[in-house]
Amino acid sequence: MISLNLKKTLKSAGGKMDLDLQLTIEKGQFVTLFGESGAGKTSTLRMLSGLLKPDSGTIKVGETIWFDSHKNIDLKPQHRKVGYVFQDYALFPNMSVRQNLEYALRKNQDRTIIGELLEFAQLGELEQRNPETLSGGQKQRVALVRALVQRPEILILDEPLSALDLKMRIKLQEYLLQVHKKYNLTTILVSHDIGEIVKLSDRVFELQNGSVIKQGTAAEFFGLNKTSAKFRFSGEILKIQREDVLYVISVLIGNDIIKVVADRTEANNFKIGDQVLVASKAFNPIIQKI
Amino acid sequence: MDWQPLVLTFKLAVVTTAILFVVSIPIASWLSSTRSKIRPVLETLVSMPLVLPPTVLGFYMLVTFSPENAFGNWLNEWLGIKLIFSFEGLVLASVIYSLPFMVQPIQAGLSSLPSTLKEASYTMGKSKMTTLLKILLPNIKPSLLTGIVLSFAHTIGEFGVVLMIGGNMSGKTKVASIAIYDEVEALNYAAANSYSLILFTVTFIILLLVYLTNGGYFKRYSQ
Repeated sequence: MISLNLKKTLKSAGGKMDLDLQLTIEKGQFVTLFGESGAGKTSTLRMLSGLLKPDSGTIKVGETIWFDSHKNIDLKPQHRKVGYVFQDYALFPNMSVRQNLEYALRKNQDRTIIGELLEFAQLGELEQRNPETLSGGQKQRVALVRALVQRPEILILDEPLSALDLKMRIKLQEYLLQVHKKYNLTTILVSHDIGEIVKLSDRVFELQNGSVIKQGTAAEFFGLNKTSAKFRFSGEILKIQREDVLYVISVLIGNDIIKVVADRTEANNFKIGDQVLVASKAFNPIIQKI
Repeated sequence: MDWQPLVLTFKLAVVTTAILFVVSIPIASWLSSTRSKIRPVLETLVSMPLVLPPTVLGFYMLVTFSPENAFGNWLNEWLGIKLIFSFEGLVLASVIYSLPFMVQPIQAGLSSLPSTLKEASYTMGKSKMTTLLKILLPNIKPSLLTGIVLSFAHTIGEFGVVLMIGGNMSGKTKVASIAIYDEVEALNYAAANSYSLILFTVTFIILLLVYLTNGGYFKRYSQ
């Protein structure tokens, strides 16, 4: 179990913010930190990994105290068992893919894990390449497996997929889930993508102005339990158009626009830009291969 | 022609550059990462030789290290180090005088690297030293090269500080730049021209090589 109790005054572009948060994460959980930019998500991750020093508080992982301002305990990042995947990947440009992984090895660590990880991430053919010649998704996979070389207890993912296109994201989400299970990790993700969060996480914490304002399972969190629909998507209203007695509402879901029919009272409740849930329970949707 | 001044010049430049390289990396690394309040003060001190007349530096060193003074006397009597009118003194003066030319490119190079490279290395359990040697320095090779070459070329070109602290002792502290001045004073223009031409050519070639290397010309033509 990880328990964080952190206080820190952060200075950012938007001025000062007092971060004051308590978080408890069960071992083995996949947890997402959610919230606006500047809410303190990245700072929280940096404090957990030892890259940023809290003004006061405690960080306890299992039975080990990583940070305690009263007892003057502050474990260096080098001694915290954390695998950190940075938003910009932070691959070492002077090393090949394989060397990037090898650099991460602990002294006297068994080297077979390198081959195992390269194979797992399907990077075998790219192992001699330099990072700058790789695509975004490939870089991301290198960064991910590099963070696993030392067999960390905690995997930290700071918006790892935000720079990738939809197809690549979906593929890498699968990787993240597999990795999480295979290596018995406690994984902490920062993400803005609701679909991604629902798919990956056991628990979601919403941060605002440096505090946790809401938490729960992903389904509870986004209110998905309210309708027991057979199929259900969230999207944004693009257009509300009147057609004789009915209204046609165009909703953007992912990259697709769908049209939903509504009556006048329903249509009056919506305006363009609203986030809505489109669900159906009465009839069975058609499913076919594309 | 007497080759001694030229040999001395290049010897001084090599020794100075080597010492500067070792000394500047920790300074540059500290300056690029610290948030300490004394950082601007240290940055100013490092950059002072850029704007200060070399004679000012030479004058204060002369006064400080003179055996007439307590400190200079102590150095001389207890450590047997004589820094005035000696090659060692020239080296010390050159190191201080060329410090910004080594520190600034390295500092700029280190600052230009994303901080996540360093942080990624720390989270992998690597020490600051390992991170510096294996990650940071290999990724700022052009800056290192610039620093080395600029300090080397600058040391070749120095005049005032060398004259003040070294005097003009043939074979000991008389470097090429001073020899040129000497020859001109003696109306020996041919000898002055030989020294000048050699310095001109050598510095031109060195700088050209740097620009070609950092501009990627060699890589482009070798592929």
